[in-house]
Amino acid sequence: MTNKNLLQISNLSKSFESSKGFFRKVKNEVKAVDGVSFEVKQGETLGIVGESGCGKSTTGRLIMRLIEGGKGKINFEGQDVQSLSTKDLRKLRRDIQMIFQDPYASLNPRHTVEKIIEEPLIVHKIGTKEERRKRVAEVMDVVGLSPYHLKRYPHQFSGGQRQRIGIARALVTNPKLIIADEPVSALDVSIQAQVLNLLKDIQVEFGLTYLFIAHDLGVVRHISDRVAVMYLGRIVEIAEVEELFENPKHPYTKALLSSVPVPDPTFEKQEIVLTGEIPSPSNPPSGCTFHTRCNSCMDICKAEKPVLQQIQSGHQVACHLF
Amino acid sequence: MKNEEIVEKEKTPFREFWESFRANRLALVGLGIVFFFIVIAIFAPLLTSYAPDSQNLADRLLPPSASHYFGTDDFGRDLFTRVVYGARLSLWVGFLSVLGSALIGTFLGIVAGYYGKWLDTIISRFFDILLAFPSILLAIAIVAILGPSLQNALIAIAIVNVPTFGRLVRSKVLSVKQEEYILAARAIGMGDTRILTHHILPNSIAPVIVQGTLAIATAIIEAAALGFLGMGAQAPMPEWGKMLADSRQYLTDAPGTLFFPGFAIMFTVLGFNLIGDGLRDALDPKMK
Repeated sequence: MTNKNLLQISNLSKSFESSKGFFRKVKNEVKAVDGVSFEVKQGETLGIVGESGCGKSTTGRLIMRLIEGGKGKINFEGQDVQSLSTKDLRKLRRDIQMIFQDPYASLNPRHTVEKIIEEPLIVHKIGTKEERRKRVAEVMDVVGLSPYHLKRYPHQFSGGQRQRIGIARALVTNPKLIIADEPVSALDVSIQAQVLNLLKDIQVEFGLTYLFIAHDLGVVRHISDRVAVMYLGRIVEIAEVEELFENPKHPYTKALLSSVPVPDPTFEKQEIVLTGEIPSPSNPPSGCTFHTRCNSCMDICKAEKPVLQQIQSGHQVACHLF
Repeated sequence: MKNEEIVEKEKTPFREFWESFRANRLALVGLGIVFFFIVIAIFAPLLTSYAPDSQNLADRLLPPSASHYFGTDDFGRDLFTRVVYGARLSLWVGFLSVLGSALIGTFLGIVAGYYGKWLDTIISRFFDILLAFPSILLAIAIVAILGPSLQNALIAIAIVNVPTFGRLVRSKVLSVKQEEYILAARAIGMGDTRILTHHILPNSIAPVIVQGTLAIATAIIEAAALGFLGMGAQAPMPEWGKMLADSRQYLTDAPGTLFFPGFAIMFTVLGFNLIGDGLRDALDPKMK
C-alpha cells in the first residue's frame, strides 16, 4: 500500500427534490449526502458503514456519476470527475467499476455469462474478438467459474455464483478502483465468506483499491483497512479498522459496535440501545443530526454542527465531545 | 464421468419458451389453424382450377357441388376459389399492418419511456388522442381521407393500432429502466444506444410479440369490417369482408355465400387468438 491518494472527495453533497401538489408546488428537499469528505489510498480498502438510508450507496453512485448533480469535488487520479464530458466519463468508467448488491437484479436475464462478462470490453473497444474471449476465460478462472458456464444464463446460477459473475464483469477491464455496493449482503452467510475472500484475493493479485459499502460491521471489519461511519448523509467517524473497532469515539459508532452479536451465550454484553428511529433526512435535526438519539447530548449539540476533526493520527471524529 | 459431461443440456430462453408453449394444447391448435391458412394462401393457385374473378353468369348462386366445393356467388364465381385467394389478402393485411404498428409503436414507446420528460408528454398525449376515437371510426376517417382501397385500409389499421403498442412498450420500458442491470450497464460505461438495443429492447419485447399476435386477429376483423362497409378492398377483389357485404341480399337463396367467408374470418381470428394466449402464458406468466 502506498500513500498516494487514488480518490479524493471533498465536501460532496447531493439533495433530492420532490414536489407535491398539483397547483401549488410544495418542494421537499432530502439531503441524501451532506458534505462528505474522504480519500481512498492506492491499494487500500475503505469501508463505509451506516444504517440504510444514510447515503452510503448514494455516495458510491455519485463518485461514478451514476447519479448526476452532486456538489463538491471528486478527484480521481488527478482528474476532476465532476467536470468530465460524457465521453471522458465513459472512459473513466473503465477505471472505476462497480459491484452491485443484488446479484439477481444486476445481471441482464437475457444475456449469457459470456456476453455479460465480455460486454465491458466491447463497450470500451478493447482487443479483438479472440483476445476478448481469452480475457473472459482468464477472468472467469480468477473468480472460480468453469468454462462450461460460458453459455449459461444468470438464472441457472446460485446467488454466490451470480455474484462471482458480477465480480468478473467488474474485473474484466482491469479497473483501478472497484466500488462494491453491499456486495455480500444479499448472500447466505456461508457464501459471504467465500465471496469476501475472493475479493481479498483478487485485490492482492491485481493491486485493486476498494470502496466497500456495507451495513454489516463484521463484513467491514474483515475486509477493510480503514472504515468510515456515516449517519444521515454525514461521516461521523473515520479511522483505521482496528482503531475504530477497539477504540470507537463517536457515540453513534459505539452504539453500532455494541449491537454486533457476540457468538458466546455466556458473554454479558453491555449494549448501548439507541432509542427512536433514524430521523427523516428531509427534515434533519438541528446542529449535530445525531443529537436526538445521543446519550451524551449537550446544549451545543442542538445548535452547532460538529466538524470532522483529527483526534489522533488517522482518526477523525465529528463530535462536540472531542 | 467428468464433471462437464453430467451437465444438463443448455437451456436457452427460446428453448424454455418453446417447451412451455408446446405444453399448451390450445395454442398448438391455433398454430395449426394459422399454419393451415398460410399454406392455403401460398398454394392458392394449385388448389383450384378457377380464377378468383372469372365470372360465369350461367352458374349464379349454385349450391356446393363436386365442381364448386362451396358453390358460386351472384356473378357465378367459384366461392371456394375466392375464399382461398381471400386468405392471401387477409393474412397480408393482418401481418403487414401489425408489423407497421408494432414497429412505429415500439419506437415511440421506447423513446417516451426511456427519455421521459417532454418527449414522453408529447408522445403519450398523441396516443391518448388516437385512443379517444373508437378504432373503427378512426380507421374509417383515415380511409375517407386516403380514399377507399385495401392498401389504405391497411395503413388505417396500422395507424389505429400504434398507441396500443406504444403504451405497452412505454410501460414496460419504464419498469425495465429501473432494473439494476441497466444501472450496471451505465456503470460499465455503456452509451444510451447500446443500452437501448442490447438491454432495454430485448427485455421489453415479449409483450409486444403477444400483443402483435392478438392484434393480427383484430386487424383481420377490422380489414373485413372496412371491406364490408365498402371502405376497404374494392370489387372484384376476393376479400372476405367484401364478400360478406356483396352476398348479404342472397342469404336465403345461397347461404353458402355468407357462411364460407364468415367461417374463414372466424377461424383465422380464432387461430391467432389461441396462439396469442399461448404466447402470453409462455412468455409472460405474470400477465395471465
